[in-house]
Amino acid sequence: MNSEEIKMAFIGGLIIGLASALLLLFNGRIAGIGGIAGRLITFRVPDLMWRLDFVIGLVIGGLLLKNILPASFDLDSRTPVWILAIAGLLVGFGSTEGNGCTSGHGVCGISRLSKRSIAATLTFMAAGIVTVFILRQMGAYQ
Amino acid sequence: MNWQITSFISGLLFSVGLAVSGMTNPKNVTGFLDITGDWKPALMFVMVGAILVYATAYRIIMLMFPKPVFEKEYHLPAATSIDKKLIIGSVIFGIGWGIGGYCPGPALTSLGANARDALIFTLFMFAGMWAQKIWDARSVPNQN
Repeated sequence: MNSEEIKMAFIGGLIIGLASALLLLFNGRIAGIGGIAGRLITFRVPDLMWRLDFVIGLVIGGLLLKNILPASFDLDSRTPVWILAIAGLLVGFGSTEGNGCTSGHGVCGISRLSKRSIAATLTFMAAGIVTVFILRQMGAYQ
Repeated sequence: MNWQITSFISGLLFSVGLAVSGMTNPKNVTGFLDITGDWKPALMFVMVGAILVYATAYRIIMLMFPKPVFEKEYHLPAATSIDKKLIIGSVIFGIGWGIGGYCPGPALTSLGANARDALIFTLFMFAGMWAQKIWDARSVPNQN
């Protein structure tokens, strides 16, 4: 870790906080991306459009940022599909079942001092740490 | 129409924050979770920065704006109890996060950047969300 990484992480965090605050101020919504994306696929909610707009914003952001901050992305990685499938299924199922992910619980919920979000964040952090620990013991990072 | 623009801008700005912070690279995320190995604690500061701004803004907004600018009311989570569903869901989410290094926001942003892994991850993420809704409908039969 160096101070440049810390600085960028902190500045990025400030921007994330600002983006989430804008969504609350103008649209009255919590910027929980798992929930925003998850309710897109039910196709029957009356508030489909703002969700779609937000997700399109994220995707177009990636498209533009690819050239500005190429080092921020992992573009060349070719992880086996079955691993990505397990990871994706668990993240999708878990964030919907637990009503939130890193953004909804980890940022918005903790900021609102929600007991649920604090419990959820501690839980998924711990689960992530244990998972990476096990994967390391299995030699996944060698 | 205005509410569509603000939602889009918020998503766009969110992706900038994710990319600047390094959250969009799953190797940074697994490095952050790898506390007994080659630990990279930098991503802790993403949360510090985001919470600093949002916790302040949340209180100011709630104090000064009785309702959102383009909406009739705020849509805030109503649940308060820590139940089994919350914890089990968070455990499942955390395991997937540890395996892939992607969570929903960075996955969607990286998909826009044409990262091959993020595209595959996101497809299965939506499948997982879909599976949860089917699961939920089965286990709570009287819910609409």
